Amino acid sequence: MDTSLVLVLLLAPFLGFLFNVFLGKKAGKRVVGIVGTLSVVVSFAITLYLFANANQEPLVINLFDWITIQRFDVKFGFLLDQLSILWLLFVTGIGSLIHLYSISYIHDDEKMHSFFAYLNLFIFFMITLVMGSNLLMMFIGWEGVGLCSYLLIGFWYKNQDFNDAAKKAFIMNRIGDLGFLIGIFIVRSLFHTLDFVSLKSIISTAPDVNDLWIAIAALALFIGASGKSAQIPLYTWLPDAMAGPTPVSALIHAATMVTAGIFMITRLNFLFDLAPSIQNLIAIVGAVTALVAATIALVQNDIKKVLAYSTVSQLGLMFLALGLGAYEVAVFHVITHAFFKACLFLGSGSVIHGLHGEQDMRKMGGLKKAMPITFFTMLIASLAIAGIFPLAGFWSKDEILMTAFHHNIALWVIGSIASIMTAFYMFRLIYLTFFNSFRGTEEQKHHLHESPSLITVPLIILAILSFFGGIISLPGHSWLNEYLAPLFSKVATEEHVLGTTEYALMAIATIGALIGIGIAYKKYLKDNTIPNEDAEITGISKVLYNKYYVDEIYDAIFVKPINILSSFFRDSIETTLSALVFGLGKVTNEIALQGKKVHNGSVGLYLFAFVLGVIAILTYLFL
Amino acid sequence: MNNILNQLGIENYIFLSVILFCIGVFGVLYRRNAIIVFMSIEIMLNAVNLLFVAFSTYHQDAQGQVFVFFSMAVAAAEVAVGLAILVSIFRNMDTIDVGNLKNLKG
Repeated sequence: MDTSLVLVLLLAPFLGFLFNVFLGKKAGKRVVGIVGTLSVVVSFAITLYLFANANQEPLVINLFDWITIQRFDVKFGFLLDQLSILWLLFVTGIGSLIHLYSISYIHDDEKMHSFFAYLNLFIFFMITLVMGSNLLMMFIGWEGVGLCSYLLIGFWYKNQDFNDAAKKAFIMNRIGDLGFLIGIFIVRSLFHTLDFVSLKSIISTAPDVNDLWIAIAALALFIGASGKSAQIPLYTWLPDAMAGPTPVSALIHAATMVTAGIFMITRLNFLFDLAPSIQNLIAIVGAVTALVAATIALVQNDIKKVLAYSTVSQLGLMFLALGLGAYEVAVFHVITHAFFKACLFLGSGSVIHGLHGEQDMRKMGGLKKAMPITFFTMLIASLAIAGIFPLAGFWSKDEILMTAFHHNIALWVIGSIASIMTAFYMFRLIYLTFFNSFRGTEEQKHHLHESPSLITVPLIILAILSFFGGIISLPGHSWLNEYLAPLFSKVATEEHVLGTTEYALMAIATIGALIGIGIAYKKYLKDNTIPNEDAEITGISKVLYNKYYVDEIYDAIFVKPINILSSFFRDSIETTLSALVFGLGKVTNEIALQGKKVHNGSVGLYLFAFVLGVIAILTYLFL
Repeated sequence: MNNILNQLGIENYIFLSVILFCIGVFGVLYRRNAIIVFMSIEIMLNAVNLLFVAFSTYHQDAQGQVFVFFSMAVAAAEVAVGLAILVSIFRNMDTIDVGNLKNLKG
């Protein structure tokens, strides 16, 4: 019963993919939308059923032996424990909402069927990633979601910039994937298994394994995670990934795929616990990423770029929590972030839809009246991400900061500054987009309208979730911590006792968020400042606006030298080799041309040569 | 049969066949008329046949003679085909001078 349910859960999106790929064009847009959405809703319904009926023991389903070599065997199997069910819940849940949203958003595009096919395929691979019972299964899903991400970023492939963004994302991910693969190899050679359950039991018996190798494995796996989850130094692909349609940004590049790295580290928490140096590295990288991305987000003018850098920053906070060993806190923030960031992206999509493709916030403004539902849902999500009591983001961000405070004050300071900046840039976005007067063209103004209900309903649901999402893990009595407790070796509950320090920290965080909002209010609402045109940006904001020139630096350090090397190979090595090969061909041809003259058609000559030949053979044989 | 061989000696049979073979070779090389070339080939063939038979008698072994029967049968077939080709060449080109048959030029 369970096996078939899990198979349906896994294969429903895949069937949706097959249908949309092969029959989508013929079936028409209406059917494509219904089939695509329904296949994910089926998965969501089964996940809900499994969630309701799950017991403490994880459910392991082995379909067949995949690789069996002596002491090493890999099963094609699935592991459904608390962590994977939780992840499945929001992947398929938010996935369903975004599919629903896409029906309306992508309706005017002639390639709607391939859009839904890719989305379905993405959900299928994400489920594989989350449910895999060993590292190789996870790797299949890991690569698959990378592929879908590539396909969807470059969905509007007629624009060369979008193609470049897709390639950039793919290549950046590939660097991380190599790290992940090396990590898998090391884990295999250390423990002779890739299965999560057996790995955990082997490690809990304190095996005699070199600490250094464990640290290297953890580092390699972390590089993999930082590629997929856009951490320094591999984060630059995520802002560019906004080239894809907005539902894609919401689903893949905010709510689900980019949290795969956090999922992987949480899944292997027992391994990372053995490598404290790598944990410190993760915490530092996370904190720095949170801060750097937040500073860049302060000055961006593209509404989606702001949200993209905000995503990078929030992912940094999650890695900070991971590095501090507070896995359940990171998971909590993943879930709340999925709610409010999906809501924000879908809201920005609604705005872009309303303005017929305009993404520059300098040309928006005053949309509050025209798009009230979009405005209110985005406002709630912004309050949530800014960390205002009692919305979801308040609780999760506060827990991360509290954990950081208990471990290291410096990390807490960095995290807090990043949070204040978050509040600022989110309300900068809100004020520039929805308040004051409209700054676009007259024609756009004439066409301003609220989006249809297929777009607003998902927004409303996500806004409600952003509002109440915090109740799954309130400090003091956390349902989430209890639910996830079987996964983690150490009990982390003692830190959540509420004392005066904790209340003080909450107060500081709230005040910080209010300060951020206040500055944004003063600057963009009262003074009605409009960000400068690109050419007029100077000083530090120019550095920030150009993202610290990181792309240019990478270009100079990696891309240019590789280009030079490639042209060297093309112009020198390649030419020499082909000259050699073509030369051989020419020589053969020349010999043949000369030899052709012997065949002049004179039978007499042929006979003469024949006799000479016979004589030669006879001479050789008998003399 | 043995007597004949004894009277003349095996060497003379070998000389005769070598001479016949050489005549055939020179005929093939020097004559331009395709029919004569053809006849020369037959002479070479028969020189070899003669040698076969001579040695067969010399060694008291019938295998050589059996082989000659085969070779004669094959030669007969070859002559039939060869002459047919020559006839059709003559019909097409009005000549059987091998010097003029340049169509095989590569």
